[in-house]
Amino acid sequence: MIEARNLTKDYGDKRAVDDLTFSVEPGIVTGFLGPNGSGKSTTMRLILGLDAPTAGDVTVNGKHYREHAAPLHEVGALLEARSVHTGRSAYHHLLALAQTHGIPKRRVHELIDLVGLHEVASKRAGKFSLGMGQRLGIATALLGDPSTLLLDEPVNGLDPEGIHWIRNLLRSLAAEGRTVFVSSHLMSEMALTADHLIVIGRGRLIADTSVDDFVARASAKVVLVRSPELQRLRVLLEGPGVTFEGGDRGSLEVHGLTTEQIGDAAAAHQIAIHELTAQQASLEEAFMSLTREAVEFGTPVNGKTPEEAAA
Amino acid sequence: MSTLAPGHVVPPLEHTGKVTQLRVFLSELTKLRSVRSTKWALAAAFVLTIGIASIAAAVISHHWPHASPDDRAHFHPTEVSLAGVQIAQLAIGVLGVLVITAEYSTGMIRASMTAIPRRLPVLWGKAVVYGLVTLALLTPAVLIAFFASQAILSGRHIDTGFTSPGVPRVVLGAALYLTVVGLFGLGLGAIVRNTAGGIATFAGLMFVLPPLMNVLPASWNSAASPYLPLQAGEALLSLTRGNQLAPWVGFGVLCAYAAASIAIAAVLLVRRDV
Repeated sequence: MIEARNLTKDYGDKRAVDDLTFSVEPGIVTGFLGPNGSGKSTTMRLILGLDAPTAGDVTVNGKHYREHAAPLHEVGALLEARSVHTGRSAYHHLLALAQTHGIPKRRVHELIDLVGLHEVASKRAGKFSLGMGQRLGIATALLGDPSTLLLDEPVNGLDPEGIHWIRNLLRSLAAEGRTVFVSSHLMSEMALTADHLIVIGRGRLIADTSVDDFVARASAKVVLVRSPELQRLRVLLEGPGVTFEGGDRGSLEVHGLTTEQIGDAAAAHQIAIHELTAQQASLEEAFMSLTREAVEFGTPVNGKTPEEAAA
Repeated sequence: MSTLAPGHVVPPLEHTGKVTQLRVFLSELTKLRSVRSTKWALAAAFVLTIGIASIAAAVISHHWPHASPDDRAHFHPTEVSLAGVQIAQLAIGVLGVLVITAEYSTGMIRASMTAIPRRLPVLWGKAVVYGLVTLALLTPAVLIAFFASQAILSGRHIDTGFTSPGVPRVVLGAALYLTVVGLFGLGLGAIVRNTAGGIATFAGLMFVLPPLMNVLPASWNSAASPYLPLQAGEALLSLTRGNQLAPWVGFGVLCAYAAASIAIAAVLLVRRDV
């Protein structure tokens, strides 16, 4: 359980996180979605107490992260930025962290096996590929058998097999009753993994909703119609707020009407219909349309792009 | 690649209790001994402490018949034994900086501070572990350096014994001196959080500041110089008393520098974002 209340963080005169209030529930996978630079990683750092909020507050399992006497048993974290000494082996990296909580060596070996790093466990982490680094990060996150997991872009750099493995892992961890909070800038990835979504743009909350509702809310009413009498049907459907696209090859996209309205109109005039499909906006489209207004990257802020202003 | 069995994806773990300072000491010891650069720097300090003293003794023994009366008058056999300390202090100080700045440059600090969000135990852990390891390694190093170089000098009967006045203080003091220099480096590294900047700050305060003092009027220079970290610390390693503080007073001043650097680092560690 993660609870953020009016969470705000400024870096210099740039506001990275702006008045975020949300909660992340146990038992489901919650996706944390936003374009690059929208404040996801900053929010993760605030949850973990690595950065102090400018205003507001965030707690994990009812306490500030810093107040947990054994934080690795409460929260496992994978940060987007690498957090491993490049000169140290995967085994010693995990061992050093395990020792802070008195976690036995056996556990370190178990996790190395679990993430499939057995053969490279004694190699220096600096020699690891991006995918191997992610696996080590996931082993680190799971070290203390935590009830809450915080994973920043976990599929970055993984091969398809690894991505599939992560998806299953996250779903299983949630099914065990854990709180799973996963960030991504890829809506399509979240669609396959997440049950619930927290969407931010430019540090602000845009949506806090189930994945299904998110898509439904964002989709425009678009219906695909195939009919041998398209021209007749089109004339029939014309009206205020109704637009058409296509029309060639026997199919037409109708904007602004529901399938029921179109089907009833066709039946009333005995027009044969070969297909009548409500077009769901893809998640990516839903995401883009919701974040479009909130996110204006490349738009100068005091004559600078936000990145420049932050530098 | 593991296949996911139903039930527990992650093997369950009996919770093992809270973070304690003792556990952090163990963790920091693992960190220190599992990085190659640490081993190299410590081995270099050990070998140089002994090797340079031995070489210096051999060179002096060889030239002794041709040495001028003036050279002979200024000769101190104990100082020969400490010739390697001058170089070892660079290795130990730089390693002290690296012990902390390498965590920042690699990002390891985020993992460390996530495991120990109260943060200060990490700094205490590093300081205590690095201090003890340095002391444990360099105490035998300075003793071996002393006995080896005196054995070489004994060929010319110009050696001294360990029980001669001031000798135990100087020889064992060298190990203490190096340890505190290492802690000073660690404190500066923790303040600066950047390897290049940390090493530059350490070298600047230790080795660049003393000659810079010459721009001051002579009376100011001679009043202030004994209180600089290098001169203050070297008072412990000196059998003759020049423009220096008393041996243990000087060493105390060096300790104060190290303690101040670590105290400032501690305040900053709690206040700053990681």
